[in-house]
Amino acid sequence: MMSNSDNKSIQSQVSRRKRKDQFYHGLMIGLSVITILPVILIIFKLVVEGIGQISLEFLVQTPPDSFEAMSATAAGERIPGGIANGITGTLLMVSVASAMAIPVGILTGIYLYENPKKFLAGLTRNVSDILQGVPSIVLGLIAYLWVVKHITNGFSALAGSVSLAIMMLPMIVRSTEETLKMIPVSIKEAALALGVPYYKVLLRVLIPTGFSGLLTGILLGISRILGETAPLLLTALGSSRINLDITEPVSAIPLLIWEFYNDPNMVDLIWSSSLLLMALVLFLNVTSKQIAKRKK
Amino acid sequence: MDNIKTIKDPVLSIKNLFVSYDKGKYAVNDVSADIKRNSVTAIMGPSGCGKSTLLRAVNRMHELYETIETKGSIDLNGKDIFKMPAIQLRRMTGMVFQRPNPFPTMSIYDNVIAGYKLNGIHLKRSKRDEIVERSLRDVTLWDEVKDGLYKKGTFLSGGQQQRLCIARALAFGPEVILLDEPTSALDPVATSKIEDLMVSLKENYTILMVTHNMSQAARISDYSMFMYLGELVEYGKTKDMFTRPKDRRTEEYLTGKFG
Repeated sequence: MMSNSDNKSIQSQVSRRKRKDQFYHGLMIGLSVITILPVILIIFKLVVEGIGQISLEFLVQTPPDSFEAMSATAAGERIPGGIANGITGTLLMVSVASAMAIPVGILTGIYLYENPKKFLAGLTRNVSDILQGVPSIVLGLIAYLWVVKHITNGFSALAGSVSLAIMMLPMIVRSTEETLKMIPVSIKEAALALGVPYYKVLLRVLIPTGFSGLLTGILLGISRILGETAPLLLTALGSSRINLDITEPVSAIPLLIWEFYNDPNMVDLIWSSSLLLMALVLFLNVTSKQIAKRKK
Repeated sequence: MDNIKTIKDPVLSIKNLFVSYDKGKYAVNDVSADIKRNSVTAIMGPSGCGKSTLLRAVNRMHELYETIETKGSIDLNGKDIFKMPAIQLRRMTGMVFQRPNPFPTMSIYDNVIAGYKLNGIHLKRSKRDEIVERSLRDVTLWDEVKDGLYKKGTFLSGGQQQRLCIARALAFGPEVILLDEPTSALDPVATSKIEDLMVSLKENYTILMVTHNMSQAARISDYSMFMYLGELVEYGKTKDMFTRPKDRRTEEYLTGKFG
């Protein structure tokens, strides 16, 4: 039989546990909110400050000079012009960087998957991990030494692309290897048992099977380099006009943001450019998440 | 009854075969056996006795792994398999794996025709349709999937997927079908379908099958091999082996003393 006092102590114990439970539950929710709050605040601020500048003109024109911007601001008008040179520059450099990093990264990833225990594979894996941690400004310096000094003899989109490609490479290598590792060995063996030559097994069975994984890696890699600024300062330099020649200096959205920051008359353009960049990065991230989800 | 290590006009003739994963340790140790045409031959034995290793030597799957060494000879229709290109050999031997493994990106139709498609052999549409229908009819899957041939193969049930994999192996018209515990991942109903299938397939093909399941070997095989620690202990007609095993180890295995 349970005495009355026992019953009471159990009740108080239970209610104490319940309060503790509620406390930790609340703490968890609070900390989660703190985690996502910065992102929400950033997006909110960017939209509020930047949306006013966004228009077709913003996408197809080059930036105004300081005087034009000043007079527009003084008159309380929208700053004329846009960031077309930055958009085309970013697209150019990201495309060239992808064209360099994707094939090399995927082939390296395949090599690591095929020869997991070889010395060279272990070395490659470690080096690619180290590469991922190299500060981007250092990669910019390296591209400056290699390309700016010796190949294009001056600041160039190519140099920018090389530094971005080196940044992107380790992500693609590792995501390729991890994706292929998830494919059951028996799928590969089944194709080989049909007498299919190895390169066709790779091209027509393994890569299609892991396609969404590879694509996710590539999109995340692109979203990673999209906003890089530091290495571009040393390589692409920036340009006030639209340039599609990879041997010439070129602008980029993050470079323009840096330039606008240095000009007190251009403040509004900082917000709108950042908004556009953020939107691109978010779009790539969400797309890659959707692809990864569909895979499961 | 003797060990039937040599027979007339065998499909496969295995002589003094050694396979090692580690240097000096043989997973298959000096195995010699001839495999009879148009029959079901079962390879039995406890785990790790080398039965899958023996099976995978026949289509030179071991060459995918650098550390595996193979010695000895295997003749397929009198020709040394180690002297022909691996690709040619593998087109003459269909393989079915433990777990159903249809190509996940391909439709049912494409899975059946995969041997042609992946090898870049171009066929007329009508010829392709014919091969797909015949192969799927051979594995009694046609009626179940004929209305959804362009759905992904991975949407089928496990048993259906395994029959699809057998159809994929048949489509090329191989000499020998190698099955590595093909029913171990399936439920009893699907298992019995596959077993019936193997009995009917031996009219046109030679079947070499690894099985963990003694009663399965007894039900469907004509000949049985019993392997133990890499050696071929006993090989003979299934009926004889199950009623009058010659070797003490075979008897102990069959009566469940180990396994």
